[in-house]
Amino acid sequence: MVASEIRALFAVAARPEVVSLAGGMPCISALPLDAVGELAGQLVADRGAVALQYGTGQGDPGLREGICDVMSLEGIKAHPDEIVVTVGSQQGLDLLTRIFVDPGDVVLAEGPSYVGALGTFASYQAAVVHVPMDDRGLIPGALAETLSRLATAGRQPKFLYTCPSFHNPAGVTLDQSRRSAVLDVCQRAGLPVIEDNPYGLLGFEGEPARALRADDADGVIYLGTFSKTIAPGLRVGWALAPAGVRDKLVLAAESAVLCHSSLAQLMVREYLATQPWREQVKVFRELYRERRDAMLDALAARMPVGCRWTSPSGGFYVWLGLPPGVDAKAMLPRAIAARVAYVPGTGFYAGGQGGDHLRLSYCFPEPSRIREGVRRLAEVIAAEVELRSTFGSPASLDSSASSVTSASFVTSASSASPDAQANPAAAAADPVQ
Amino acid sequence: MSDLGHVLVLAGGLSAERAVSLRSGDRIRDALCDAGVEAVIADADAALIPAITADPPTAVFPAIHGACGEDGSIREVLALLDVPYVGSTASASRSAFDKPTAKAILGAAGVHTPASVTLPRDTFHDLGAGAVLERVVARLGLPLFVKPARGGSALGATRVLTEAELPNAMMSCFGYGDTALVEQYVSGTEIAVSVLDLGDGPQALPAVEIQPVGGGSYDYAARYTAGQTEFYTPARLTTEVAAEVAEVAVTVHQVLGLRDLSRTDFIVADGEVFFLEANVAPGMTETSTLPMALAAAGRDLGVTCRELLLLAVARAGLPWH
Repeated sequence: MVASEIRALFAVAARPEVVSLAGGMPCISALPLDAVGELAGQLVADRGAVALQYGTGQGDPGLREGICDVMSLEGIKAHPDEIVVTVGSQQGLDLLTRIFVDPGDVVLAEGPSYVGALGTFASYQAAVVHVPMDDRGLIPGALAETLSRLATAGRQPKFLYTCPSFHNPAGVTLDQSRRSAVLDVCQRAGLPVIEDNPYGLLGFEGEPARALRADDADGVIYLGTFSKTIAPGLRVGWALAPAGVRDKLVLAAESAVLCHSSLAQLMVREYLATQPWREQVKVFRELYRERRDAMLDALAARMPVGCRWTSPSGGFYVWLGLPPGVDAKAMLPRAIAARVAYVPGTGFYAGGQGGDHLRLSYCFPEPSRIREGVRRLAEVIAAEVELRSTFGSPASLDSSASSVTSASFVTSASSASPDAQANPAAAAADPVQ
Repeated sequence: MSDLGHVLVLAGGLSAERAVSLRSGDRIRDALCDAGVEAVIADADAALIPAITADPPTAVFPAIHGACGEDGSIREVLALLDVPYVGSTASASRSAFDKPTAKAILGAAGVHTPASVTLPRDTFHDLGAGAVLERVVARLGLPLFVKPARGGSALGATRVLTEAELPNAMMSCFGYGDTALVEQYVSGTEIAVSVLDLGDGPQALPAVEIQPVGGGSYDYAARYTAGQTEFYTPARLTTEVAAEVAEVAVTVHQVLGLRDLSRTDFIVADGEVFFLEANVAPGMTETSTLPMALAAAGRDLGVTCRELLLLAVARAGLPWH
């Protein structure tokens, strides 16, 4: 199945009849929209001459001070001068790739990795080498082995791109002991780290994890965003980088957009200054926790034998492994016909592997819709297993040979209900719980 | 000022061809507006019947592809609502949309079509896929072309060169429907012939020759990605063959009982014309062949669509002024 066919199927997925477990859209309706609207109106009325004027390439100084407060929750001590405001963290990644990468250069990324990052790397003709993960995140030993292998081949990667907390798409978090190990490997190799942390404050258990950047100010470039803690429509993110990189980022940002939206920056600045944003983050956390629970409960109750999935402790995503021989991309038309959508795992690997997984998002649909979506998906997977069985489970339609190992996660296969294990098709047909 | 009042262009739907349909609908709407017709897009969803009931359009131009749009269902609903619409009736649409049915009807009428078998998914499950596929290959030989019995835009369609490729092709096909049409693959020139009937009988428009760049299949990407397929209008056929495809296209239109407009896809191999499928809601995108054929015939798309809407209104016996 080619990319244009997948785009065609997603045109259907956007319809309300379809339960979309595909997109990672934050739940904006949980924001105090009246307050945000009032804030925006007041901002234009009081400071419109500034809010609607050009700004600087580095971004509003007051906003950058507010960003320092936000990052302090993850143990980062930074000065506003070290920050460059970007159009979401996506632009930060784009600019960094532009600065660091020439065509053919190697960059490292977890396998699987954020699809938007892979798109950026592809646009700069970088060669992505994936590093395996497990349920505790990136595997430091595998990272060291990958670096060693590349060194033997005379290749020095330009950076490691990693999403350590509540990974997109895997949903796993790099545990604390591994964080120092990953930093140690990278420091010894002289490898810069780009830490992409959009979900870091959206954990369901305890305090936010300590950012990699908190323990390595020179080797880690941190990308942050307000897309998940306020709203993605504002398109306000930032990069926190050592001075040399920061200066290049400012020049690159000015070259790309001259300056960022003054209105959006001042809105975020005012929001941070006048609204109970920490409390609002807690509201988001509770909302997403409820939806995560709905998804995990439904998966445990419905999924056929052979499926396995991650249990995220924050963020938006569950990474679901399919029974042997089932291909997520080939199954997508059947899922759309059954009115449920997901993202095939192939989108999260540079080489097209990952067809044995799919990404489910629980952030946007309400719990009842999540349960219904999982019910539909379970039926589709059960039917797919039967189809594969009928045709002798030939080789996956879309998987391509690759030396990169797909992620191996400790998952919840054993949590499938006894009935589901005995008779997956019958269990999948059960009414919604 | 339009003498048609306001018309609806139906586009979207929930089939895998939704994206194509939206592009077709946009183009028809824009062309109608250029021709002075007040046209708006409507989707086939729960809001449609209340909208039509509250403010009945003078007529509807269905541009929904795939199921719902071409299987007759939306046309049945339009008939229930007493709304004039362009194109074939629900009954004729059903016959045309189901490829095995259309092939059987046309085969009986003397139209050549590749040898084929039609097999539902359950058959493979119940009788064993290996044994069934073995008989399919024994009967039809190789290469084969596997496609869903109902559907369009080449979604789920695969050319099969070896027996080993067949199971994957079947599974891909069953992604888009529960019944597969397995045809002998006929290698030749792909031709699309549109038929237009503006009240004086069906006329074939100039044939369009389809040649995917690089010699690949005319798959979904080749159909809807600009530059991936070269089109020749009129097709590079001999005078005799061009006349024959035109005649067969009109025959298809008539035998299947189609109305107003249709598009029939053929393969021409060694001068022989093979029917592949007929479409009652032909694509109207920038890379679709019916608009190309209209242009080659010197016809404006918007004016033609407007004339078809006027015909639909006249057919319903309703005043439109």
